[in-house]
Amino acid sequence: MNAFEQALDWLGRPGRWSWTDPAGIPYRTVEHLGFSALSLLVAAALAVPSALLLAHFRRGAFLASSAVNIGRAIPSFGLIILFWYLASRWGVGTSFWPLLLALVALALPPLFSNTYAGVVSLEPDAVDAARGIGHTERQIMLRIELPLALPVVLAGARVAFLQLVATVAIGAIVNDGGGLGRFIVDGFAQGAGGYGEILAGGLAVIVLALVCEGVFALLERFAVPRGLILSRRTTLTTRPA
Amino acid sequence: MSEYLLAAGDRPLFEWRWVERNADQIVQRLGEHLALTAAALAIGLVVSLALAVLSLRWRWFYAVALGTAGALYVIPSLGAFALLVPFFGLSFTTAVIPLATYTLLILLRNIVTGIQQVPEEVREAAIGMGFTRVRLLLQVEFPLALPVVVAGLRVAAVTTIGLVTVTAMLGMGGLGFFIRQGIQTTTPNPTAIIVGIGLSIVLAVLVDALLWVGERALAPWARKAGRA
Repeated sequence: MNAFEQALDWLGRPGRWSWTDPAGIPYRTVEHLGFSALSLLVAAALAVPSALLLAHFRRGAFLASSAVNIGRAIPSFGLIILFWYLASRWGVGTSFWPLLLALVALALPPLFSNTYAGVVSLEPDAVDAARGIGHTERQIMLRIELPLALPVVLAGARVAFLQLVATVAIGAIVNDGGGLGRFIVDGFAQGAGGYGEILAGGLAVIVLALVCEGVFALLERFAVPRGLILSRRTTLTTRPA
Repeated sequence: MSEYLLAAGDRPLFEWRWVERNADQIVQRLGEHLALTAAALAIGLVVSLALAVLSLRWRWFYAVALGTAGALYVIPSLGAFALLVPFFGLSFTTAVIPLATYTLLILLRNIVTGIQQVPEEVREAAIGMGFTRVRLLLQVEFPLALPVVVAGLRVAAVTTIGLVTVTAMLGMGGLGFFIRQGIQTTTPNPTAIIVGIGLSIVLAVLVDALLWVGERALAPWARKAGRA
C-alpha cells in the first residue's frame, strides 16, 4: 500500500523523533497535551466550584441538565474558526487565545453537569450528619460533597479531556502549533502527496487519545476516597432534556 | 495561517444580503449535512441492533462489544478521518465510517439497557401467552425499550450533527463548508461562519425535537424517557 510506504518514509525523516524540533512527534505530543491540560484546568477552575455551589444549594438544575445538550449541539470546529476570526478582526493575538477560549468553552459543560449531578445524587444522610456535628456549609461542600462526588467529577473530566484532545487537533487549522493535528492539516494541504503524513499524524493522535483514556481509567480507580466503591458510572450522561 | 489576516475591514458581522444571495447553496449544504447525518445514524442503528441481539444472548459478548465501542468512541474525529483518507479519499465513505462508529457506544448501551429494563413479569406473561422468542423481542421487549433507545438516538443525532462540520476540514460539503469559508477566503466572511454554526445548532435542536415527538407518537405510554 502506497500510503503506508509514504508514512514510513515520513516517519524516518530527520528530526521526526526530536523533543525540541517542531517537526518532531514528541515535540508535538507535548504541545498537544499541554494545550489540552491547560484548557482542562481553566475549565475545571470555572466549572467545578460554581457547580458545587449551585448543587449544594440546589439551584440551577435546569442549567445543569441543559448544559450538556447545548455543549453537544455546538460544533467545535465552528467555535474555533469563529473565535479565531473575531480575534483577528480585533487585532488580538490569533495563535493562542482564541483557541484556548474555544477549548475552555467546550470543556465546561461536561465538567459542570457531572459535578452538579455528582453532588445532587449523594445520600442526604452524609450531609445531614456533617451538619449535625457542626460543619459549616462551606466545610460540607469541601470536605463531604466534593470528595464524595469525586468519581463523577473525574468522569466528567475524562469526557472533557478527550474532547479537548480531539479539538486541539482540529485547532491546528488556525493555530501554528496545534499539536499533533499539525501533521494532519499540513498533509491535507499537500493533497495526495501528503497521504503519508496524514496517515502517520492520524495514527499519532489516535494513540495519544487511547493512552490518555487508559491513564484516566487508572486515575479513576485510585483517586476515589477509601470506603467509596466506585460506581462504574458511565461517563456519557444521557439524561433527556 | 497569518497570511489570511488581511484587514477584515469594517465588514458587518452579519449580512442578510449574503444569505439571500446564497440561499440555493445554503439549501444544498443543509441537504448534504442531513444526508451524512442520516446515513451515519442509520448505519449505526443497524449495527447496534445486531450487536444488541448478540449481547442479550451472551453476556461476554456484550462486555467485548461495549469495550470496543468505548475505545472507538475515544478516537479523535480528525484522527479517524485522517486514517481513512489515504484509502477512501475525500469521500462520503471516509466521512460516514467514523460518524457511524461514534454512535455505537450510546446506541448499543441504550438498546441493551432498555430491553433489560423490561419487567420480568411482562416477559413471563408474554411467554405464557405463547409468544416465541423472536415475537417477544419484536412485539414486547423492543417497544417497551423504545423510550430509552430514542433517548440514546437523540444524543447520537445531536453529536453527529456537530461532528459533520468537521468533515469540512477534508473538503467535504455540509454546513462546515460555510465555517471553512471563514479561513479560506482572503477576506474572511463572518456571515458564512455564523450561518454555518447557527444552522448546525438549529438543525441539532430540530432533529432532537423531532425524535422526541416521534417517540411520543410511537410510545404514548411512556410519559418520561428512561435514563440509561
